[in-house]
Amino acid sequence: MTALQHTTEVVDPVPGADAPHLPGQPDLVQLLTPEGERVEHPDYSLDITDEELRGLYRDLALVRRWDVEATALQRQGELGIWASLLGQEAAQVGAGRALAADDMAFPTYREHGVAWTRGVDPLHVMSLFRGVDMGGWDPVATRFNLYTVVIGAQCLHATGYAMGLQRDGAESATLAFLGDGATSQGEVNEALIWASSYAAPVVFFCQNNQYAISVPIERQSRAPLFHRAAGFGFPGVRVDGNDVLAVLAVTRAALAAAREGQGPTLIEAFTYRMGAHTSSDDPSRYRLASELEEWKLRDPIARLKAYLSRSGKADAAFFTGVDAEGDELAARLRKGTIEMPDPAGTEIFDHVYAEQTPHLAAQRAEFVAYHESFEGGHQ
Amino acid sequence: MTSPSAPHLRQFKLPDVGEGLTEGEILSWLVAVGDTVTVNQPLCEVETAKAAVELPSPFAGTVTELLYEVGTTVDVGAPIITIDIGGEGGVSAAGDAPSTGQPAAEPVGTGLIGEQNANGRTSVLVGYGPRNTEATRRPRRSGAAVAARATAPVLPEADYGSGSQRPPLLATAPDITTKPIRHGGLETGRAAEAHAAAEPVATAPPSRASRPGAGALRPLAKPPVRKYAKDLGIDLTSVEGTGEGGVITRADVDAAATGASGTESTLAGRAFGTESPEAGATETRIPIKGVRKHTAAAMVASAFTAPHVTEFLTVDVTRMMKLRTRLAARPELVGVKVSPLLFVARAVLLAARRHPMVNSSWDEAAQEIVVKHQVNLGIAAATPRGLVVPNVKDAGRLTLAELAGALGDLTATAREGRTPPAAMSGGTITITNVGVFGVDTGTPILNPGESAILAFGAIREMPWVHGGGKGGKKKVVARQVTQLALSFDHRIIDGELGSRFLADVGALLHDPGTAWTF
Repeated sequence: MTALQHTTEVVDPVPGADAPHLPGQPDLVQLLTPEGERVEHPDYSLDITDEELRGLYRDLALVRRWDVEATALQRQGELGIWASLLGQEAAQVGAGRALAADDMAFPTYREHGVAWTRGVDPLHVMSLFRGVDMGGWDPVATRFNLYTVVIGAQCLHATGYAMGLQRDGAESATLAFLGDGATSQGEVNEALIWASSYAAPVVFFCQNNQYAISVPIERQSRAPLFHRAAGFGFPGVRVDGNDVLAVLAVTRAALAAAREGQGPTLIEAFTYRMGAHTSSDDPSRYRLASELEEWKLRDPIARLKAYLSRSGKADAAFFTGVDAEGDELAARLRKGTIEMPDPAGTEIFDHVYAEQTPHLAAQRAEFVAYHESFEGGHQ
Repeated sequence: MTSPSAPHLRQFKLPDVGEGLTEGEILSWLVAVGDTVTVNQPLCEVETAKAAVELPSPFAGTVTELLYEVGTTVDVGAPIITIDIGGEGGVSAAGDAPSTGQPAAEPVGTGLIGEQNANGRTSVLVGYGPRNTEATRRPRRSGAAVAARATAPVLPEADYGSGSQRPPLLATAPDITTKPIRHGGLETGRAAEAHAAAEPVATAPPSRASRPGAGALRPLAKPPVRKYAKDLGIDLTSVEGTGEGGVITRADVDAAATGASGTESTLAGRAFGTESPEAGATETRIPIKGVRKHTAAAMVASAFTAPHVTEFLTVDVTRMMKLRTRLAARPELVGVKVSPLLFVARAVLLAARRHPMVNSSWDEAAQEIVVKHQVNLGIAAATPRGLVVPNVKDAGRLTLAELAGALGDLTATAREGRTPPAAMSGGTITITNVGVFGVDTGTPILNPGESAILAFGAIREMPWVHGGGKGGKKKVVARQVTQLALSFDHRIIDGELGSRFLADVGALLHDPGTAWTF
């Protein structure tokens, strides 16, 4: 009993440290604890086979391996920039796997895990970050829209698309991805209002990774983000974003409600960006290393691995196999990325409008003539 | 990986790791000549204007050459390391060997990232890496081509590949046009504050009356004159206007500039007070030298060799302040300054006696931890020339009066810029008194060669839960409270030891009577 005990305090610098992480806290939906214990939640249950569980683990591990390789390739000068999803794998894979085949997803620029679940070839994502195209996948075929770099704009796209589905009488829904920082954007608030007013079949999936680049969530919002939904007139739920099972269950329920005509839901997936905002960012300038250490204990992959091994649902051979598959994937991505051909300079003129305009055609011709004025010809 | 056959050398060129960077400084090499490396194994740590990052190897093989010393600033695109990837099959299984396009085992000098390829284009794959001088430009055709271009509208010919011209793909933390700011987000904030302070209008307090529209208090001047005054660092509220209706003219600003030149108020209006900048200059360039250079080098060395941990403690020091008043009246302490710093210094000395490992040093070369038997107590002092950290030798042996005298001499000498080099060497533990600037706390960086540094914040009257002992009632009362921040070298000091040391310092300041138990 020293004098210090009632006179001093140690400042706890971990954002969200006083937020509910523990089972039994009513606000946070959790089905798998950070220690890998399976727990039940009164409102959200999940029936899942062992094979599906192993499938989720494979998704998480391969998406992380992809992310690690992409980060290295950026550091080797092979990508212009990379937006790492490290730490957010469960939020993305859980949400992506909750989508039905004809549901439509509207990503930001960090949703590599969702792209994976939609069957988008990772090389098509890499080509965007290498700067050789604007994203090479077919958004209609994959039901995964192109990456949106403008913060929050995709929420309007998703809402408009959902209103279209409504008018077509389609029984599907849209899933709009956004980050915690985007909630301060006008577009996002407009989208929430429109979605609410028309009970549009859209689910807003907010990955609260605690930082809008360097601005902590405490400055973005004085209230928990999921509480905001009440102000717009629809349900909001906070889910442990590092728990793939809870994310899957909560997103499935929200998408089902949307398809049934019950209107939108705001899901706040409470997670943490373990890496930098992008490869151009240095997070050590605005957050403490101890905070990262704290969140490593809540790692989304480690907890599922612990659950699978402890319950005997997967053996060592399975994990070795996934690791080997990850290395093969990384090698394929490395080779494929390095070998990507540079695009022709004229491509920027070719896909602006569905039908070429005379003005753009003239600009294109001028551009070609200019480049042909150099020895070595047109690039 | 190594093969007895002829070496196949590949060079890794410094990439642009952060959208439009042009150079980076090698902070450390993580491999040595002769080491076998695998794909993605970290090779070195590089600091750019944006971040300190590790560069992973794009090749598997044996390191044959490190091309730059630690501390060198290298241009983006320059080769930094040579790796022998061995024979034909010597590349790793991780897909490093591109089968087409870029031959795996090409000799050094062709086909690599950042180099010119056959058609004369530079394969800088980051999109808009640095323009490598004129050599990368394709020569213009003569005659017909010029005519062709004459019919075309003017396109931006120069800087077609210049990074600074293009917006970054994603929003990123410091803007690429800002000057490199190294170490510590606080610097960004300070720069912003300095910038805000440089706005003449912003210097007026934001009272209702001074808002635009309320009129009277906002000095009247035309925009070009405002700009002129801002460039000169003249606060318009201090200038008397001689124009019609009291409007401040250019001549008034000139008069104020002449009258005020060299005075404190002129300098205070500018972000950086040095020589008078030319009118219209948008930046002032200060050569990095002297104390600034030394401080920078020392801080970089410290921050990147000693893994820092910082812990914080908020302490009610009301009793210490009362004791200070009593002691200051004692005859043996007459004539010396009995400051709160004196008590913090004494508390550190007592706590260091109980925890000798905090008074130690990491000897990398000898692979030993050196525990010092005497405490040379460093005091960080702000001087006109910059930061200096003189120390009181063997401070643990001094009486309170001697310590007070030594601290007084030390700071006075430092402020006069007369600190001898000997007084700055051999420090073993440091206190930085950030409280004198009115701030609460910080995360100090270790003085190189030391393992602990304590930041001592401002002492403020704060609401505090007090009482409650022996069945008494707890009350919120105003108490004098300060914050302590201890940074320590985690190679030597673990969280437990650091915490105990900090808690002991806090306990001594909270209840000076605890000193009896030390």
